Amino acid sequence: MWFHSIGLLLRGVRVTFDLFLLQLFTGVALGAIYVLVALGLSLIFGLLTIVNFAHSQFFMLGAYVGAFIMGFVGNFWLALVGVPIVVGLIGMVCERFLIRPLYGRGIDYPLLLTFGLGLIILEIVRMLAGTAGIPFGTPPSLSGAVDLGVFFFPKYRLFLIGITAVILVGLWLFLERTSYGLIIRAGARDQEIVQILGIDVSKVWLVVFGVGIALAGLAGLLAAPIRGVFPEMGVPVLVEAFVVTVVGGMGSLFGAVVAGLLVGITVSFTSFYFPQMATLSMFLLMALVLIFRPRGLFGRAGLLD
Amino acid sequence: MTTYRFDKKSGRLTRRDFMGAGIGAAAAIAAGPVYLRHARAQDGPIKIGFPAPLSGPYSSEAQDQVRCAQIAVDLFNEAGGLDGRMAELLVRDSKLDPGEAATRTLELIESDGVHFLCGGLSASVQLSINQVASQRGVIYNSISQSDSINEASDFTKYTFHEAMNPTMTAGSVGRYVFPNHGKRVAFLTADYAYGHEMVRGFKRAGEEFDIEVVAEVSHPLGQADFSTFFPRIQAAGPDVLICSNFGRDQLNTIKQANDFGIKQQMQIAYPVLLFTQRVAGGAQAFEGIIGGTNYYWRLEEDHESAKRLNDAYRERHDGGVPSDYGAYGYAGIYGLLEGAKQAGSTDADGVIAAMETMRYDAYKGEQNFRKCDHQAVQSVLVIQSKPEAEIEGEYDLFNVVHTDNGGEEMLRSCEELGHET
Amino acid sequence: MSSKAERNALDVDRTGEQRQVRMPALIDLIARHRVLAAIVFLMVLPWATPYEALAINILIFGLYAIGFNLIFGYAGMLSFGHAAFFGLGAYGCGIPIAKFGFPWFVALPLGVAVAGLAAAIIGWLAIRARGIYFAMVTLALSQIVYYVVFQWVSLTGGEDGLRGVAVNSIDIFGLRLNMLDPMTKYYAILVIVAVALWLFSRILNSPFGGVLEAIRENEKRAAACGYDIKGTRWLAFLLSGLFSGLAGALYAMHLSVVPIETLHYFNSAIVVMMALLGGMGTFFGPFLGALVYLLLEDIITVITVHWQLFVGALFVFLILFFPRGIWGSLLHWMKQ
Repeated sequence: MWFHSIGLLLRGVRVTFDLFLLQLFTGVALGAIYVLVALGLSLIFGLLTIVNFAHSQFFMLGAYVGAFIMGFVGNFWLALVGVPIVVGLIGMVCERFLIRPLYGRGIDYPLLLTFGLGLIILEIVRMLAGTAGIPFGTPPSLSGAVDLGVFFFPKYRLFLIGITAVILVGLWLFLERTSYGLIIRAGARDQEIVQILGIDVSKVWLVVFGVGIALAGLAGLLAAPIRGVFPEMGVPVLVEAFVVTVVGGMGSLFGAVVAGLLVGITVSFTSFYFPQMATLSMFLLMALVLIFRPRGLFGRAGLLD
Repeated sequence: MTTYRFDKKSGRLTRRDFMGAGIGAAAAIAAGPVYLRHARAQDGPIKIGFPAPLSGPYSSEAQDQVRCAQIAVDLFNEAGGLDGRMAELLVRDSKLDPGEAATRTLELIESDGVHFLCGGLSASVQLSINQVASQRGVIYNSISQSDSINEASDFTKYTFHEAMNPTMTAGSVGRYVFPNHGKRVAFLTADYAYGHEMVRGFKRAGEEFDIEVVAEVSHPLGQADFSTFFPRIQAAGPDVLICSNFGRDQLNTIKQANDFGIKQQMQIAYPVLLFTQRVAGGAQAFEGIIGGTNYYWRLEEDHESAKRLNDAYRERHDGGVPSDYGAYGYAGIYGLLEGAKQAGSTDADGVIAAMETMRYDAYKGEQNFRKCDHQAVQSVLVIQSKPEAEIEGEYDLFNVVHTDNGGEEMLRSCEELGHET
Repeated sequence: MSSKAERNALDVDRTGEQRQVRMPALIDLIARHRVLAAIVFLMVLPWATPYEALAINILIFGLYAIGFNLIFGYAGMLSFGHAAFFGLGAYGCGIPIAKFGFPWFVALPLGVAVAGLAAAIIGWLAIRARGIYFAMVTLALSQIVYYVVFQWVSLTGGEDGLRGVAVNSIDIFGLRLNMLDPMTKYYAILVIVAVALWLFSRILNSPFGGVLEAIRENEKRAAACGYDIKGTRWLAFLLSGLFSGLAGALYAMHLSVVPIETLHYFNSAIVVMMALLGGMGTFFGPFLGALVYLLLEDIITVITVHWQLFVGALFVFLILFFPRGIWGSLLHWMKQ
């Protein structure tokens, strides 16, 4: 199989400029989902030093909650508002009762606890909504393709790129321009000092976990028209998101964005030239980055050593 | 020992069955393995082991297989069994994992003493059950698509294959699609045996029509996002796009092809168009898609045997109809029990001899097992998903656009498969 | 980390007399003759499991968990890529039998060697990363192994898995053992597992075992004492890979197939669960964890298709309330 692809490359698939651009755009749209999932993962990790193995199941939960809201009100935009709130709240309940007792007990225990939590969420969704998956169409106003001058591009994917940018700006404003964001940033740098200043850190962590999970839920909803809604839809996402966070450097939000796009574009171009290597390319990239930069591209030293 | 007994209405275990099974299990454990390892009895009930992926992504297909398999057992028993010997179905969860399936098959053979095995919903699980069963001389009727199971390296005299195989399925779909929809063909293929075997089948059928392959793209199994593959396919400008993938991958390629406007540019065809995935994906996404299938419930309009299966299913499951993969469960059990009936015993060699020669009408007209590889020679339906406006009733999903009436010429020859002739 | 040290006291402390607390005599006896105790227990195990094939799985996964525990429990490094060694052990043993007709006694060491080679390379690359990054590097590298095996269809069978690892009988000293008889197969595999357990116990009792614990408890102090930190870690990783590989090779002989799922990262996660369930860093813990996990899974599967719900809930429950695992909690409870 590989030889075939190499042959194709040698013979030269005629890569015109517009085809190149199209593949690049597709990669960015793919990366947008990675970015959203990895951001939440990285946020939770950076502040709480929790490796959230249930993240992918919250992603899936987001799609299901979205489908549920759509079933009731039939409006995609309302779901877009409702999903992060509902899923974020569920996340906060989990933090309060399951994860909080584990703070200060190293990374292994929360990791394994969230692994178990993920299985529980998955099975509960299977029990409530069935195993077969449920239909989730592209919102009518966003379906079809749009002419970008040089090529046609699916409207929904364009929207995906746009909304991810909006969410990123929103998150950046929240962290940089609000007093809550200030506390979070301070807490990430030095928890003890923040505590000494009389700030209830546990509340901050609750909010951070909620925001991270809300991002995962939102990503799930946004991915639903593309990937379909079924109980196992989160499974590949977890690995993809880990690759992204690790490549970017765990705990680095900037790293998550850069690495998300990088991985998306890498996968897009390998699937063009070496389709069989599409998934493997992600892991090769991660292995390479880690061998040369053991903390990822933008990882901070000292974290979890 | 711990036998699943399915509640006929819901297809679930009832509480009482479970308690019974639990007490039975406790007694069996107490009695120890000496009790468990009795030899396969030549009297008493005919036990058929049925490993199915009850949990996991294909559980809805698996549940339907179990429902249909139970119907086959019920109908056999109602008709008096094998001179009064009743049949019994022992269901185990294979979890869609070949290792778990092998372990469960060992349990069924060594502890439960099953006479026959049937089931399997993925090629890997099926090949794994086949290995374990044939090493121990237990007849296995496999019901998942695979070319490998026909080949000499995996085939033993205990191996039977009731399901269609990729060569015949892809062949029938290809012979319909190429003359009707064009000869410039692109392949989007799941990168595993199922996908590659299907593509081989399409190309084989394509020789006759002089098709031109303009693009061949493989995608990893379980790919969630296919968007990165479409630009290349669009650039090649094919008349027909053939997607050789299954289950979730099938659903996702269809949804995303819609986004890229692929459907307006070319005809999309699948080797196997699944009933359950069409239900999950909705009419709009699937409209106009062509694919092959072993069974569609409307076969009852032409075949008495299909009507018998449908009626039994409707009566037990709130007026529903059996799905394509569900019907395999019925046909697989039917074939085994018919073989036992004709042989007059459950003795493996006798049943093999009977199955090799019998002609049977399980659910869609006459079939038989080819002698060299025990492949069920059968008809293949080519179906097209209906547009929403033309649908009448809940289960009216497809139009049957062509029926290939089946014959050995649709299969690879025995020499090709490596069998001695 | 002192609690961890306490937890291990029973296992690593070879000078039982110095302990201030008094252990019940039976536990003390088990601790002193841990390999013997394990073997006696395993001799009667098949009578306590619903069917023999499950008992053999317990043997194999118990060995896998014990091997994994060397790097997780004793060296304190969470590897998320041990499926690579289990899987390569299985393929390394299965391919020579299925494709080249090798006898089992050649194929078995070959499988272990292949797993060892992979562990040597992956370990060399991974030990430079620490903490969570170590887990991620091992995951990434094991995924690469997965895809290579997946693609190499002519040799491995790819997604269909490897079939034909048929070891129907074994000849030893003129004795023919019928491996199709489940009980015979169980005891034949038990012999190999018992030898591995004895070896493992010897390794823990060797100076190397001591250095390993010293590094886990205080890396800087161990380095100051002149121990080669990286070398010790690498060796621990390699040994851990060898034991996992042996477990994989036995799995291939047991099932006569090698599924690609043996290399899946879920198989890496399962062994973490087993070690944790039983009690990481204890000698018996991981084996007990494998036993309880497989038994529970088997029983729950019969009751409901939603078995994963119970597995998940069990996990959450254990971590919240019994983080020491079953055997670890038992030891802790005895001491109080």
